[in-house]
Amino acid sequence: MPRLRLGRRTASGGGWKGVPVSGVRVLVGTRKGAFVLNSDGKRERWDVSGPHFAGWEIYHVKGSPADPDRLFASQCSGWFGQLIQRSDDGGRTWEPVGNRFSYDGEPGTHQWYDGTPHPWEFARVWHLEPSLGDPDTVYAGVEDAGLFRSADGGQSWQELPGLRCHGSGASWQPGAGGMCLHTIIEDPGAPGRMFAAISAAGAFRSDDAGQSWRPVNRGLHSEGIPDDDAEVGHCVHRIAMHPARPQVLYMQKHWDVMRSDDSGESWHEVSGNLPTDFGFPIDVHAHEPDTVYVVPITSDSLHYPPEGKLRVYRSRAGGDDWEALTTGLPQEHCYVNVLRDAMAVDSLDDCGVYFGTTGGQVYASADAGDSWAPIVRDLPAVLSVEVQTLS
Amino acid sequence: MIRVVLPAHLRTLTQAGGEVELEVAGQVTQRSVLDALEARYPVLRGTIRGHDGGPRRAFVRFFACEQDLSHEQPDAPLPAAVATGAEPYLIVGAMAGG
Repeated sequence: MPRLRLGRRTASGGGWKGVPVSGVRVLVGTRKGAFVLNSDGKRERWDVSGPHFAGWEIYHVKGSPADPDRLFASQCSGWFGQLIQRSDDGGRTWEPVGNRFSYDGEPGTHQWYDGTPHPWEFARVWHLEPSLGDPDTVYAGVEDAGLFRSADGGQSWQELPGLRCHGSGASWQPGAGGMCLHTIIEDPGAPGRMFAAISAAGAFRSDDAGQSWRPVNRGLHSEGIPDDDAEVGHCVHRIAMHPARPQVLYMQKHWDVMRSDDSGESWHEVSGNLPTDFGFPIDVHAHEPDTVYVVPITSDSLHYPPEGKLRVYRSRAGGDDWEALTTGLPQEHCYVNVLRDAMAVDSLDDCGVYFGTTGGQVYASADAGDSWAPIVRDLPAVLSVEVQTLS
Repeated sequence: MIRVVLPAHLRTLTQAGGEVELEVAGQVTQRSVLDALEARYPVLRGTIRGHDGGPRRAFVRFFACEQDLSHEQPDAPLPAAVATGAEPYLIVGAMAGG
């Protein structure tokens, strides 16, 4: 069984040096299936397998940090609903596991777009977060927003209702893409501490392994809601953490790139010189907790890069000061989007950065973003990208 | 023997051919056919109707003998031709789009 190298959201960011690398595996979810890309440590040639689950929407595929051969995939369809697939051999074969996501108790209502109460209804699993330490434990973030947990490798799912039943739940409203719970982060430095983010409710923190939750949105400001610094109602698009410095969180919000230095207790804006602070993904360099990546998107009504130029922006200062990374990326006539779960990093010595586009390209950089090349192109629209560094 | 035709995506899930043959004990109804189908292929639970025999998913339709049975009661007897296996019971992914 290959071992996962220490790195992103697994343990200390140190400890990678000198560990032999057998390869890098990129897990891609698209509108019409999943793809698994494998390369050796040079990351020059990629073997592409797929589509797995052809024709189905694959919102997310992610591997277990505790057993990298164990992968989970969220497979769904507007016609046939939700399935969860599991692989125990690194994506070569898959088996369906449990797909029953029942809210705990009487689910009640949240707000609909027009402000009226709307029954809580399960639609799909947006995000699967395998536990840091146990390959049988995996969390699922779903639409309508809820957090589920499986302790038996995905065979059965139980809601952690403390989040949805937080006192503000009845006031949550969906974002344009639905009321999705899209971010789940376990804090490797504080056992029991977890973060979750919901569009468009905001960020939440638990200090008791998901049993109870409280909003952690102080400092977020959202124009267009009655109280622009309300406790909830903020359209958080993505949160990222470096495992070596878990008290620092980075957030790409609907508008604004934000940073917290105190585990979400407060946030401050670090958009700095970005050409636009709208976007979806955000991620952190595997070995440099102050190096952050975003992909600015023109606006909430123009979901493509400014000026038709696809640019990743990197800050080496934990925000505020950003540089455009353009080498190898299309700098004209590019009107794709990069969705919130579609960026990831590997943990090789020269940190690799990967992202997928709604145009079906997956771009990779083997030099921390200095230069880019597509490792596959012309896939269906990419919904998610995850990376495993195998040793 | 009841013959059931699945839509392409569900055939992929079951890894079955174009037509599934089922033994159904007792009265042949939509519920008893779907119960037997899900017992044979547990992966289909939740993909055609809700778990535990819940309502039909909105974009799934049921046809047999040139009739749309989608709105029939789940415990209503299916046509005799389905019960004898002369005609298949069709589970169809609704065509939707512009």
